[in-house]
Amino acid sequence: MPEPLIYDLSSPGRIGVRLPDLDVPEAPLPEGLVRDMLPLPELSEIDVMRHFVRLSQLNYGIDIGFYPLGSCTMKYNPKINEDAARLTGFAFSHPYQDPEAAQGNLALMYALQRWLAAIGGFSSTTLQPSAGAQGEFTGILIIRAYHDDRGDTKRNKILIPDSAHGTNPATTAMSGMDVIEISSDERGNVNIDELKAVCDDTVAGLMLTNPNTLGLFDENVQEICDLVHGCGGLVYGDGANMNAMLGIVRPGDLGIDVMHYNLHKTFSTPHGGGGPGSGPVSVIEKLAPFLPGPVVDIVEEATDELPPLYGLVFPDKSIGRVKSFHGQFGVLVRAYTYIRMLGSEGLRAVADHAVLNANYIRVNVEDAYPIPFNRICMHEFVAEGHWSDAPDIHALDIAKRLMDYGFHPPTNYFPLIVPEALMIEPTETESKQSLDTFIAAMQQIAVEAREQPEVLKTAPHKTPYGRLDEVQAARELILCCRPDWLDEG
Amino acid sequence: MTYIPHTEKERQEMLAAIGLEGIEDLYQAIPEEVRFPELDLPEPLTEMEILDELVALSEANLDTRHFTCFLGAGAYNHFVPAVVDHILRRSEFYTAYTPYQPEVSQGTLQTIFEFQSLICQLTGMDVSNASHYDGATALAEAVILALNHHRRKREKVLLSAGIHPQYREVVRTYMRGMGLTITGDESLETGIDDLASMIDEETTLVAVQYPDFLGRIDDLHALGKAASEAGALFCVVTNPHALGMLTPPSAFGADIVVGEGQPLGIPISYGGPYLGIFTTRQKHVRKMAGRLVGETKDTRGQTGYVLTLTPREQHIRRERASSNICTNQGLMVLASTVYMAAMGKQGLKKVAELSYHKAHYAARRIDALEGYSLWNTGPFFHEFVVRCPRPVEEINELLLDFAVIGGYDLGQEFDELKDHMLLAVTETVSKAEIDHLVDALEEVANA
Repeated sequence: MPEPLIYDLSSPGRIGVRLPDLDVPEAPLPEGLVRDMLPLPELSEIDVMRHFVRLSQLNYGIDIGFYPLGSCTMKYNPKINEDAARLTGFAFSHPYQDPEAAQGNLALMYALQRWLAAIGGFSSTTLQPSAGAQGEFTGILIIRAYHDDRGDTKRNKILIPDSAHGTNPATTAMSGMDVIEISSDERGNVNIDELKAVCDDTVAGLMLTNPNTLGLFDENVQEICDLVHGCGGLVYGDGANMNAMLGIVRPGDLGIDVMHYNLHKTFSTPHGGGGPGSGPVSVIEKLAPFLPGPVVDIVEEATDELPPLYGLVFPDKSIGRVKSFHGQFGVLVRAYTYIRMLGSEGLRAVADHAVLNANYIRVNVEDAYPIPFNRICMHEFVAEGHWSDAPDIHALDIAKRLMDYGFHPPTNYFPLIVPEALMIEPTETESKQSLDTFIAAMQQIAVEAREQPEVLKTAPHKTPYGRLDEVQAARELILCCRPDWLDEG
Repeated sequence: MTYIPHTEKERQEMLAAIGLEGIEDLYQAIPEEVRFPELDLPEPLTEMEILDELVALSEANLDTRHFTCFLGAGAYNHFVPAVVDHILRRSEFYTAYTPYQPEVSQGTLQTIFEFQSLICQLTGMDVSNASHYDGATALAEAVILALNHHRRKREKVLLSAGIHPQYREVVRTYMRGMGLTITGDESLETGIDDLASMIDEETTLVAVQYPDFLGRIDDLHALGKAASEAGALFCVVTNPHALGMLTPPSAFGADIVVGEGQPLGIPISYGGPYLGIFTTRQKHVRKMAGRLVGETKDTRGQTGYVLTLTPREQHIRRERASSNICTNQGLMVLASTVYMAAMGKQGLKKVAELSYHKAHYAARRIDALEGYSLWNTGPFFHEFVVRCPRPVEEINELLLDFAVIGGYDLGQEFDELKDHMLLAVTETVSKAEIDHLVDALEEVANA
């Protein structure tokens, strides 16, 4: 049963929130600058509460069930994180407060900068980028600033493997540089011969997603980094898949020069229906002067009596700000809480079980689904949602049918290098029981594809909504609601 | 292990199914000499222990629950009804991701559709996207839209000096290496009329803030007209809280309206996460970056919502995408939508008016103090500038003894405003607290 729009619940004159009366004399209103109409709905508090609770019930979230959305690391979001971010001193401190009156926030940010650098094998970190995509953009700006600073201005190419995230080429274009795509070889690694052919003194850098979007650890990663470094370029690491590397290998040790983390993937902060994310960037020592400012640093060392004094500092050759204030601070508090509770061993266990879970599903569905590049994977793998003996069935049908079995579907149609891709990432927080029920559903769907294809073509059947018409949405382009009565007052 | 459900028995069964003996066998593709580093992190804490540490850290900050806050400058302390956080804590919302699968994401999708609708009505614009990271990045995206609108043939961007300094910095970071001329904000002396006279056929975008960083509200009709005549796009950076009362920017002929949505029910939270509002005219919708939700029907004939115009986005267009943004501020969209619904037509108008009148009362009283005077000469909304008898930093430090967080020190950003303080007054401040501030300012003038 669809939920009405808030406009349909409105009644003229209804009040939701009572506010105190004006307790100062009225000032004259600014002439010619006062609006004559504020067209908004009018609801009571119970209308609002019920409306949004009912809407929430139309959503699927990690707290409802298994959410193997590849590339998104939909792990459990610890509840203590939510309480932490809402502590009064965090949620009610102002970003322009004197740093001396915000030492708790700065201490937390300083620790998080250091911990992320330690986890990735880097020297310095900025917490400013708002999301992974902005972290990538920051990284590319740093790479260019580094070359420019050395007077090496002819480097305008960024090399991007075809197994990279779609944001990588978009980011490069945003920064005004040219994208050179490199294909993958038959084992899913970067094609080394192709890479060798393009490495020259016009290359600013390479953007490497490792493990790549096939969930495979590139077997030649050190050679790739050496080749790029050899021609004077830098290597950007897309840290979206860091969950598989925690305590397993530090990207900095492999030759990565700059990398972003997705706190909303690897470090358990909630995805929030599409955000807020957070995309801190760590760099090796020679790139630290180019980080966006400000970063948190110790401005007065600790003494026997006093803790260190933290302050906000602009790096020497900073590329500038990428966001207002200090990053997505509330998200940083959650990530701090998570890392502090897991420690080195706990993070290693995260990667171990994320990788174990992915391989367990892989070996249990490989007879039922084609898996290109089928070898031991990291935290995710890509299967094909298509069979030659069930030609009408596509990955989309399998995805929709999985909803009837109570699961969120895997990512489909990405990465583009696998046709009909179903990208499956279980994460470490799923138990064996949970994986076994998913595997059983996948196998059952493979049977249904041959015996009752119609059931898949018309799925989902048990969700509150059937398939939605995306073509109609794009054609009619109804992007907001404006009932007639709004204009009357 | 924390948050990992596996028992030893299950681990062994799973390894056996994969055909491996130990977990470390999963990592043969990784160069051995760098495998399994020890991470330099502190010893882990349990949930019981970490809460003590977090409380201690949070209490090492001043906060607006214990101090009266007159600091604004782009982040405002407003009343947020309890219903907002109760909805935010619904984990059906916060543990979901981007609604790629609309059949099981109608909660998020309909909320975004309602957000887009409410923001259009508040700003008077035709279309709103599902939000950007914050006000600053929304302005940077406005510049990108304008560049694409003119097919990169125009390379001059005019920014008013009244735009938040950090927003202008972010625009300059985003445009590094694009070879653009970004100007107009070199001096506060450059007023709205001067900005209009700087528009030429090279100008792709003119951007101005309303109310501006110094609280001022200007009639922008003439500037909008000048931009339109020169074929430049006109962007207004706004504060949605002020639009509960003020003429919406659409009335000035704005092509793009952006702003910081934080005042709509989002805690100040040391600067984030916030909410970037981005709206434009229907004709620019295909050049607008960011997520967009549209109405449609499902196979059962029910009205529902989906992400739409996705071919603009990077997972399909890759390097030809309009921007690399692929998230929005989902949860902040939810907070502001619940806030706008709960406050409603009358509530939003009333909080804006309360802020306006209280700010004017505070400004009048401070202006009457010995040594202080009001800098603003024209209309302002809920922020204003005060000339102070001594450095702002010193005043602010002394105000802490009165449990007051003073205003923003403008001398940090504007040479011409040394010893000037920017004060913000919202509905959360009572007359008694304003009177207390006035007494405190008087006392610290010569202390």
